[in-house]
Amino acid sequence: MGELKLMKGNEAIAEAAIRAGADAYFGYPITPQSEVMEYLAAQQPHKRTGMVLLQAESEIAAINMVYGAASTGKKTMTSSSSPGISLKMEGISYLAGAELPALIVNVVRGGPGLGTIQPSQSDYFQATKGGGHGDYRLLVLAPASVQEMSDFVKLGFELAFKYRNPVMILSDGIIGQMMEKVELFDPIPRKTEINEPWALTGKSSDRKKRVVTSLDLDPYGNEKHNHELQRKYKEMEENEVRFEEIDCSDAEYLMVAYGSSARICQKAIKLARLKGIKVGLLRPITLFPFPTKQLYSYTNRIKGILSVELNTGQMIEDIRLAVNGKLPVEHFGRCGGVVHSPEEVLAAFEKIIMK
Amino acid sequence: MDLKEIIKPENLVYKRTECLTDKTLSYCPGCGHGTVHRLVMETVDELGIQSDVIGVASVGCSVLAYDFMDIDMTQSPHGRATAVATGIKRCWPDKFVFTYQGDGDLAAIGTGETIHACNRGENITIIFINNGIYGMTGGQMAPTTLLGMKSSTTPYGREVELMGNPIKITELVAQLAGTYFVSRQSVHTPGNVRKAKKAIKTAFENQKLKKGLSLVEIVSNCNSGWKMTPVESNKWMEENMFPFYPLGDIKVEGQLVQK
Amino acid sequence: MNEEIIIAGFGGQGVLSMGKILAYSGIMQNLEVSWMPSYGPEMRGGTANVTVILSDDRISSPILNTFDSGIILNQQSLDKFECKIKPGGLLLYDTNGITRHPSRTDLQIFQIEAASEAARIDNQKVFNMIVLGAYLKLKDFLELKYVVQGLEKSLPKRYHHLIDSNAEALKTGMELVKPYKN
Repeated sequence: MGELKLMKGNEAIAEAAIRAGADAYFGYPITPQSEVMEYLAAQQPHKRTGMVLLQAESEIAAINMVYGAASTGKKTMTSSSSPGISLKMEGISYLAGAELPALIVNVVRGGPGLGTIQPSQSDYFQATKGGGHGDYRLLVLAPASVQEMSDFVKLGFELAFKYRNPVMILSDGIIGQMMEKVELFDPIPRKTEINEPWALTGKSSDRKKRVVTSLDLDPYGNEKHNHELQRKYKEMEENEVRFEEIDCSDAEYLMVAYGSSARICQKAIKLARLKGIKVGLLRPITLFPFPTKQLYSYTNRIKGILSVELNTGQMIEDIRLAVNGKLPVEHFGRCGGVVHSPEEVLAAFEKIIMK
Repeated sequence: MDLKEIIKPENLVYKRTECLTDKTLSYCPGCGHGTVHRLVMETVDELGIQSDVIGVASVGCSVLAYDFMDIDMTQSPHGRATAVATGIKRCWPDKFVFTYQGDGDLAAIGTGETIHACNRGENITIIFINNGIYGMTGGQMAPTTLLGMKSSTTPYGREVELMGNPIKITELVAQLAGTYFVSRQSVHTPGNVRKAKKAIKTAFENQKLKKGLSLVEIVSNCNSGWKMTPVESNKWMEENMFPFYPLGDIKVEGQLVQK
Repeated sequence: MNEEIIIAGFGGQGVLSMGKILAYSGIMQNLEVSWMPSYGPEMRGGTANVTVILSDDRISSPILNTFDSGIILNQQSLDKFECKIKPGGLLLYDTNGITRHPSRTDLQIFQIEAASEAARIDNQKVFNMIVLGAYLKLKDFLELKYVVQGLEKSLPKRYHHLIDSNAEALKTGMELVKPYKN
């Protein structure tokens, strides 16, 4: 068993980054995720593992430092919260276009605009549909516990390098700020050799020069590049779908929720079962790729789905696409930084789904 | 003398420097970019650092610089080259990292990144081409466009009341504690080319000292954007650009040069 | 065992750290724990609260609407959370500054005069430990030795010389807690 600690989600991200052998973190303060960089600064990662830590002058500079560092083939990450992630979107699009691996953490707060510092899931569209310009996807992991905040840093780096694609951890103010017991994984040493055939290491005489770019002025070349990206996303859809099912085997209804909202729904389905209502919870862990096939498999078995999100209804679109009109799918969620309680979710479920 | 005679090795007086590729330059005839590309690659050749150099192309006419330079390179979002270079240099502190940026990239959209990279004293080299105009997008006003100078977005000349003043970003960053070497040169005459080469070489050699950032500004013409012949544009540059952007070293070994 | 606790008071009273020690004590006893603060622009003088859950089983929602126990340290928090304690639940409060006392009759209500005791012994820093001691006296699922271990875990090493005085304060709280009848 690994080391047990009581940690905030944000601290777990930071500790996991050092343990995962990250080479560099570039960030900028914003509530509710500032603990990530504060924890790293206190740990002096340059002394622990040689990891680079730099507070940039802006979110924009930070993501571009990530772009530069990632182009050297090293494990690189940043973290921010919603308004900061919007600023990073140009850089994220470039990372996807140049096929660079990087880990981006969004500890979501309520928007739009400056919004609020309270938790929300209102960045689902931005995270899962690309977010920046161009036809690209991020692989999106949605942790629902502090344990997963830690585990998904390691997993996120693995997936980012496997697909040469940026990976996003889509968390929120609840998971970022809460403390839970976390079993820390054993440290992985930082890479000592860069073997990636695309990484900028300096052109030695035995190989051709390497160029990291997202630019192709020839539209036919760029079309080919786009098809290649789509092939990767298809591969992610085939291999990387992750989800959790709780009390689903005898369920007559489903709640579908991710991250913090899934935790609240876990309690809501317990309360429902006490009242004799057979409802299960399907929790997507990867939001892209989405558990489309698994949701479709319920179409003959259940009577309806409630999408419970801390927003006004975003994931519901993916659920509706998944069940393709064969089930009623409705939405419930508080938004703008207000968090629904388990009792509220159950009441909404009874009113909207059970009628 | 026939062709065979001409290409005999003993008749060779000038050739493509090793670190340039065979790709035909995409720049307009008369433009200074090609010369500066050559100076940067000559420096890489002479210092023997091809395997230890990583370049950052920016957005502007030189966006495809990586096609012409036979070294590992990346291409940065508009204005972010010094942030990208920071990320690279922090991960490869012993490699030579440089950015190649125009005035729109470095002094307008990328001002924040420029100033903070300079102020942090990143051990990188910035090659800054200032032609007072946005060349690639068709000759619009740049932050460096002179007062009275015509561009496609200042068709009657830049007016201070409407468009504000041109910015001397090189003098500005020279004031920052993180810059170690700051120089302004040009490449429109053989003599100036030699001085520019010396400055660029110094700017690369400085990276070994780890004492801060080196920036070399090259005041250049843009005969297409300025709507002049190359010769006219060089004359116009001498008469109008140089008085406002005087050539010479501005900061050497961390000390401002007293004029 | 499943205990859902709200701790609420002024920022600076040690609300969050009391919750953290409670959570760490739970870990020492192999329980599942969660600690969810109200976060935001709170500061000294503003209100702060934290929800702590200790359980034998995997914890579902860290956000709750009702609680088994309330540990209340100022009037605003009493006004806000008295109604959110489950019937039959525990309400423990410090009387300092309280002008409107609890009115519910379906709760077990206890008082702890921790603020005045901390002032008497001239050690404001142990105020929250006196309160925590009172809670431990009323709820016996946590053993004192695990709470002391929790203290060691949650206090930075440079404060470890204060562990004895904090452990002493826990005992003081256990002695001073008294029932309240309205």
